[in-house]
Parts: sequence; structure tokens; C-alpha cells
Amino acid sequence: MVGALRGLRARPAIRFDDVYRGLLMGAAAVVFFIVVLIAFESFLGARLSMKTIGWGFLTSTEWDPVFDRYGALPYVVGTLATSFLALFFAVPLGVGSAIFLAELSSQRMGEIVSFVMELLAAIPSIVFGIWGFFILAPFLRTTVEPWIVAHLGFIPLFSGAPFGIGILNAGIILGIMVVPTIVSISREVLLATPKSLREASLALGATQAESIGVALSAAKPGILGAVILALGRALGETMAVTMVIGNTNRLPTSILDPGATMASVIANEFTEATGPIYLSALIQIALVLFAVTIVMNALARLLVYWVTGGRRDTAGAA
Amino acid sequence: MRRRRIWNMAVIAACYVAAGLVVLPLVFIVAHLLGKGLSGLNLAFFTHMPKPVGELGGGVANAIVGTLVIVGMAAAAAVPIGVGAGVYLAEYGRGRFAMMVRYTTDVLSGVPSIVVGVAAYGLVVVPMGRFSALAGSVALAILMLPTIIRSTEEMVLLVPRSYREAALALGAPRWKTIQQVVLPAARPGIMTACMLAVARASGETAPLLFTALGNRFWSLKLDEPMATLPVFIFDYARAPYDDWNRQAWTGALVLVLLVTMVSGLLRLTVRRVRAR
Repeated sequence: MVGALRGLRARPAIRFDDVYRGLLMGAAAVVFFIVVLIAFESFLGARLSMKTIGWGFLTSTEWDPVFDRYGALPYVVGTLATSFLALFFAVPLGVGSAIFLAELSSQRMGEIVSFVMELLAAIPSIVFGIWGFFILAPFLRTTVEPWIVAHLGFIPLFSGAPFGIGILNAGIILGIMVVPTIVSISREVLLATPKSLREASLALGATQAESIGVALSAAKPGILGAVILALGRALGETMAVTMVIGNTNRLPTSILDPGATMASVIANEFTEATGPIYLSALIQIALVLFAVTIVMNALARLLVYWVTGGRRDTAGAA
Repeated sequence: MRRRRIWNMAVIAACYVAAGLVVLPLVFIVAHLLGKGLSGLNLAFFTHMPKPVGELGGGVANAIVGTLVIVGMAAAAAVPIGVGAGVYLAEYGRGRFAMMVRYTTDVLSGVPSIVVGVAAYGLVVVPMGRFSALAGSVALAILMLPTIIRSTEEMVLLVPRSYREAALALGAPRWKTIQQVVLPAARPGIMTACMLAVARASGETAPLLFTALGNRFWSLKLDEPMATLPVFIFDYARAPYDDWNRQAWTGALVLVLLVTMVSGLLRLTVRRVRAR
């Protein structure tokens, strides 16, 4: 097509048009290559570990650099436990706030809450870490966790010693960090559901709560997308978790136990990894993390896209 | 009917409570940042070097300069590439290639920053043979790209079609139309997006841990380890000295002021641009 146009317009301008387009295209191609390069680089780095350790990597609980034994199961469990704990706190609060913003609040209140969410999303994760370590941890140690042990301690999941740092602390911090994602996307999705749904249910005599329920069921896939996006974020979050989880290589069995996540073990041990297999094992963790986040993101975006009909994608809100 | 009314009240009350609860953490964090960090905030904190262990006081001059250098270099690479790619997607982005770029941009925005750090380690640190400021910049530049690209695309698409048609009708070639008509119209939005990306990146810690590493001394050499504010906070917060912990709080306060002030101000301008 370019060839056909070349004859029609003035010569030099056309030629520079192609150059210009080529430059922009080059910039776009850079992004594509960066992602390919990240995948390739982590694959290359992880090859040694994949070869020597094999599938035991994800099922073994023994992480012992001295004997070059690397089982990442404690970190996988730590990652899943903290992330789901985060969702346990963040989803009800986040969806509730989104309903508040989309259906109930006055303009002014809504603006305040939205502004707070934006600020919360802008705070660097290291600051959440320092807050969790110096403020939340002592509070959990002296107040919350002794209560949990006293009243729920008979359940293994809630037993143990009140350290303050550990899975629970990391879960709370992660919950705070992913709330803005859930609120902003759920709000968009709720606002995208047709107003007629609400009007129809109200006309049939539904209470306000029941009509919100109708809107919610229409927005469900999109909210699920928001939750998955938040989960993807929680799975990969590093600094805050590194500071509050306690960093042990033992398999956590209670939410009071200290542990480590896949991201936090990379942050902690990467510069100290002395042997080639040690380093490779850490890179393999990064590779797994990379793969998981790709799947998560694709899934979340698909769901949000489905609900909003492509009018809005999550990249702007994220 | 009574039960339904009570249920209705309960649901609405629960939503109010939820909205109140999600606001609380920010209030606490800001209060503690001010309470713990404000006392250490003085001129010396910005102008002095870190003191050796055991001596009180000292500042973060090298970390602040290091952050500026590393973030500056990252922005110098990410802004042209990101804006270029964003303009490409908005102006030419219809084919399969553009879809692929869009998808990879989305993927990139979801990649954990620690993974980007690992990749930068493999791409820069290993070939160079040592930790360096340059490697940190590469990692941060990669993290800036998705925000810049998607916002640039959005902003360029907001420029009315009639602008382009008018310019093309006057005989301007495509590149001139974009460069001299479309981009100036979209400039405020693009600039805010870039600064937002830069502000976010300047708070990142994880990708710097094993790229720029950190440095207790003054260094402006790009091929050597360099101190940064986030890594300084991390190191000082984990240290067993009260004075260091205090300085970590002050550092965190400075970092938050830097990042939130920029992004808060920008949000307001973006809203104004969008409303226009």
C-alpha cells in the first residue's frame, strides 16, 4: 500500500514519513523485545537449576544452600498464604468501598476516598515495609496475636507464638497494598453496568441493597478480574513482604509462623548466592513468578474486557 | 418487609464502614511517618554523608544524588522509547504487530519488579562483571515503560480527528501532522504520564537490590555501585541501631513526599486535561 501512495504524493515528504514511521515502530519493537529478553534471560539463568534439581524444585521443602539442595515449596506456600490472606482482607473491604463510591457516596465523599486510594497506590512498597515492621508488628505481637492464640489457638492454623512478624503481618500489609487496585477497577466495572438494571429492580420494589445486588451480579466477572489482578500484584510484591515476614526457610503451618515468599527469598539471598546452582535456583523462582503473573494478568484483563466491552482496560487503573 | 429493610440498612452500613476502613491505613501511615520521621528532617540530612557505625547523625546526600542520577538516566532512556511506542500505537496501531506490542506492554506492567531486577542482573551485571548504577537504570527504565506507553497512547487518541484532518488537508505530511499538531495538543497529558512513571520508579527498591546495590560512599561512576534512597531505607530499617532506624523513617518520609507530591499534583492536572 505504501508503494501505491509513493507515486501520489511529493517525493521527499513521503520518504521521511516512512523514516518517521520506522522510528516509532522501532520504539514499539523495543518493548516487545524487552519482554522476550526478560523471559529468555530468566530461562537461561534457570536452566542449570532445572537440569540438576528437576521437578523436586516445586515439591521439596528442603532449602539448603550448603548442600546445594533447593526445594522451593516453603516459599510457594508462603507466597500463596500471604496473597490469599491479603485477598481475604482486601476483597470485602475493596468491593464494599467500590459499591460505596459507585452507588452511595456523595460526590465530595467519593472524591476524598478516590484521592486516598490514589495516594495509597503511590506509596512505595518499602514504606509499607517499614510501617509494618516498626508499627504493625509490635501491635500484632502485644495485642492481636496473643488474643488469637488464646481464643483460636486450638486450631493448628492459628496456633504458635506471637512473633508479630510473619504470614499474618505480611498478609495484612499486602491487603492494604492491593486495596486500591480492587477499589478502582471494581468501581469502573460497577459504573459500566447499565443503569436500567438498577432502575428495573427498584421499579419492581427492590430495596437499595437488593438493587445493588443486581448490579453486582452483572459486574461479577469484572470484579473477579480486579481480584485476580490484585492477586497477581500480591504474588510478586517484594520489599514490604521481605521486611515483615521474618524470612525463614521452614514450611509455615500457621498464620502466626514466620516464613518467606518467592519474591522475598530472591530479594534476601540473591546477592549472597555463592554457588552457580544456588543463583540458578533463585533465578528459577523468578521464572516461575514471571510465568504465574503472565497467566494472572491475561486472565484478569480478559474478564475486565468482557464486562466493560473494551471501553476501559485495566492498564490505566493499574 | 421489616427484615428486608433491616438487611438493606445493614448492607449500606457495611459499605460505609468498608469505605471508612480502607481510608484508615493511609491515615496511620502518614501519621507515623510524620511522627517518626519529621524530627530527623533537617538540612544536614540532605547535605551530609552517612556516618560510620556508632557515630550519631549523618545524612543521605549520596543516596539522594544516586537516586536522581539513576532515575534520571532511566527516564532519559524510557521517555523517548515509551512516547515513541505510544504514538505508534495510537497513530499506526491497527495491525497484528501493534496488538502484540499492546499485549506485551500489558504483560510488562504486571511483571513483578523483582523479576525485572533479576533480568537486569543477567543482562547488565553479569556481562559487566560488577554491580553498577547503569544496571539499576536499565531495570527502572523497563519498569517505567508500560505506564508511559499506555498513557501516551490514550492521550494521543484523545486529540480530535479534525486536528489531523485539518493539517493533512493543508498538505502537511503525516510525520509533520503528528509532530507539530497532534503531539503539542497531547503534550500536557504525556508529560504528566511520564512524570508519574518517573515518580513511581524512584520509589522502587526491589530491582535495585542486585543491580545498583548501594554504596556507603560518594560515587558518581556509572559503572560502579551507587547508593539510592529506597535501598538506604531498607538497609537502615533492618539495622540494629536506633539512630539508623530513625534515619530510615526520615528517609521514608522524604521518599513519600517526593513520590506522592508529584503524583498527587499530576492527578489534578491530568483531570483538568481530560475534562477539557
